[in-house]
Amino acid sequence: MSIRDERLNTPLVGQQAAPNAPQPLSARFGFIRRLLLSDYFVLYLTLIFFIIASIFFQTLSLPSNIANQLQNMWPLLAAAIGQTFVLILGGIDLSIGATMGITSVVGAIVMAEKLDPAFFDKSPLWGSLMTEAGGILHGQESAVLVGVLVMLAVGTLIGFLNGYAITRFNMAPFMVTLVTSTFFSAFALWLTQSRNISGLPEAFVNLGKGDILSVYPGPKLTSEIARRDILPLITYPLVIAGGLGIAAQFLLSRTVFGRQMYSIGTNRRASTISGLPSRRVITLVYMFSGFCAAVASVLYSARLAIGQPSLGGGNLLLDIIGAAVIGGTSLFGGKGTVRGTFFGVAFFVLLLNILNAMRLSPFIIDAVKGGIILIAALLDITRTRLANREVRA
Amino acid sequence: MTPLLEIKDISKAFFGIKAVKDVSLTVNKGEALGLIGQNGAGKSTLMNLIGGVVQASSGTMTMNGAAYDPRSPSDAYKAGIAFIHQELNLFTNLTIAENIFIEAFPSRGVGPFKFIDRATMRQQTQTALQSVGLDLSPDMHVDRISPGERQLVEIAKALHQDASLIIFDEPTTSLTARETERLFALIQQLREQGKAIIYISHILNDVLKLSDSIAVMRDGVLVGHDATSKFDVNRMITLMVGHSIETLYPPRTAVPSRDPLLELKGVSAKGIVEDIHLTLHKGETLGLFGLMGSGRTELARILFGLDSSERGEVVINGTQLNGKSPRSSIRNQMAFVTENRREEGLLMNINIADNIALVSLPAFAQSVTQVVDQRRLVRDTQSAAGALQLKSGLITEQPAKSLSGGNQQKVVIAKWLLSRPTVFIMDEPTRGIDVGAKYEIYSIIDQLAATGSGILFISSELEELMGMCDRILVMSRGEIVGEFTREQFNQEAILRAAFREKAQTA
Repeated sequence: MSIRDERLNTPLVGQQAAPNAPQPLSARFGFIRRLLLSDYFVLYLTLIFFIIASIFFQTLSLPSNIANQLQNMWPLLAAAIGQTFVLILGGIDLSIGATMGITSVVGAIVMAEKLDPAFFDKSPLWGSLMTEAGGILHGQESAVLVGVLVMLAVGTLIGFLNGYAITRFNMAPFMVTLVTSTFFSAFALWLTQSRNISGLPEAFVNLGKGDILSVYPGPKLTSEIARRDILPLITYPLVIAGGLGIAAQFLLSRTVFGRQMYSIGTNRRASTISGLPSRRVITLVYMFSGFCAAVASVLYSARLAIGQPSLGGGNLLLDIIGAAVIGGTSLFGGKGTVRGTFFGVAFFVLLLNILNAMRLSPFIIDAVKGGIILIAALLDITRTRLANREVRA
Repeated sequence: MTPLLEIKDISKAFFGIKAVKDVSLTVNKGEALGLIGQNGAGKSTLMNLIGGVVQASSGTMTMNGAAYDPRSPSDAYKAGIAFIHQELNLFTNLTIAENIFIEAFPSRGVGPFKFIDRATMRQQTQTALQSVGLDLSPDMHVDRISPGERQLVEIAKALHQDASLIIFDEPTTSLTARETERLFALIQQLREQGKAIIYISHILNDVLKLSDSIAVMRDGVLVGHDATSKFDVNRMITLMVGHSIETLYPPRTAVPSRDPLLELKGVSAKGIVEDIHLTLHKGETLGLFGLMGSGRTELARILFGLDSSERGEVVINGTQLNGKSPRSSIRNQMAFVTENRREEGLLMNINIADNIALVSLPAFAQSVTQVVDQRRLVRDTQSAAGALQLKSGLITEQPAKSLSGGNQQKVVIAKWLLSRPTVFIMDEPTRGIDVGAKYEIYSIIDQLAATGSGILFISSELEELMGMCDRILVMSRGEIVGEFTREQFNQEAILRAAFREKAQTA
């Protein structure tokens, strides 16, 4: 070749760039920078936070409190995994809470073992699907299995509606999921006339509370151990939400589908031109988000032992998005991991625990929570900047 | 006499690569300086340094003898420097008057109760518009006026700011011939008023006509600065490329065959393209030339299945293309290098390896589980990068956005190479990349053709098509209006075809 830019003749492939002149400033802050850039940053933050807080509030480090807090984590994690997927695509799913509410109600309508006519005789389903004897499959052996499957199916279906509207009609995810959210939360309230459905089968309730393996940390003094002294070690919610998390992380990091999600979230136009099935991927991700919301609904409903139309109400949606963002998921798409979201959820649960232990007024608690999310978002910007500088150096 | 702007030994580096190296330059009052150079020569960086968009790594500047060290565009504005960008920087949702006063609205009122003084604004806008010879209402929304008029509004804004130095960056790209004439007359008038002008353009004859002196940049260095009378087009080109023009293109090794690879039969889409017939042969590089809005890019998008057509057939390798989507085009061994890398070609924040693997990702996966074989992916993307002589750091770490334009384009090409296409549609493949990288892209195109692929080479730079193609088709207003084989290549004839109607070229 007769013409070559002299820059281009410098081989860089496979070679380390020449080390820059020593930078005393960055050397001094090297440790902090490495900490900030670590994938486990939020986990470290959570642990440090926990250790400091437990010096002031001894109740925090009690085994029973830790076990209890872990139990609080799992349903939130299940829902946050779905939201993380949607956020990676650059979308948002506002219908998670409503999906949890409607699936909770639908599950209870299938499974309930008795229904109080005083509460439900105004329900449109009274006399047909809901009777005094209970729900559709009351007392039948398959009730719990079918009930859970119906819950998951309904959640996935709502996700499909979201995904279909977003991809076919090019509607904004915010708009679409706001509509489904409003619609299904109202629908759940209408079906139950705003009453909680109790009387769920024991086998179902077990999914929310049951232990597979328990430990008793104290000395064995009597032959009977009080129930409250037994600490659950491995529970159904842990297995369900943990399993979901591991599967989701695997899907995200190892499979074609996961890679395509990041690509589409980064640049949908370029991805479509490169032949990626953008619409299919987006629709499937919203379906997965609905599925995850249904899993969270199973865990919460079982734990509370009721079908609750307002299950996903209040601040839950914002907690879920907050946890994902603290865990490093970007609202602009293309960035996020299930692991990060797991740490984010852990951080959030711990934060609430500490704020409760401080006996702060609930009005203050939300304000502090907001502040923490803001700090997390600012830290994330700092991390991104540092990471960019790392690449340039 | 102290020069208006004096630049001394200024340098600026990005990612360790110097975009501007030790440039010294002066501009006097009433002088028009023409600034030329290839894409990536450092012209824009130099102007961004003057405009305060980026800060110099070393060197100094003075304005009117006083030290000038702009930290932001507003510093430049305060120093009396106005910048008229290639892509105009007006707020199209606002009125002309609002745009002109956007930096400081005149106000009226007492204490905290201040209101925008619309009457003053309108009146002063009227004066400013008159000075550029524009007869429009100050209340007109900018989205309703033509590109040429917008340009004049920008100049009116600069005059209103009482700028002493006005920088024009490729001002004529979106102007009609009449608007260009008007602009030139106005620039002449501004010079007579003692304003200094820096005029950047690829249209060398315009630069010769407008400027008092000419500065030429190449690879970040000022390689020539002299009175305009000492320049002619040949000298300008020689300085810009640093070589004679013959060596801009690699020797062609590919020989086109007579076997058709891609055939378009009467492809039409209302108002976009009309009755397109073309045949691309194996081993052929077919140029598609046309002016802006001639339908060349639109045709490529239809061909690749991104946009829909109403009539016509696309036959590739003897099979008719039925599906109208990029997926089905890719399955039929088509590849599309789009005209804008950033928006449509690359995932800018994602690493090079994943960018290269994007199209053929399923091929790297285990068929049942769809689990990606990362080792094979890295190995294959690495070898594709190596084959194209991609200059980068670790391809699994470095994001695409940190590469230079030429290397980014190589990533786009590598991405398609992995899917083993036989038909390449390349839309402006060398836009915005420097001359060395251009040569490499040309070599890649030649090699692709030599291995039997067909290349549909779309470009608005006629010279590169003449340098690289076996045949050139000319499009105008959505129709193919001329065909030239290599022996018939003639710049004037092709341009005439592009400008005129069908009848006159047939």
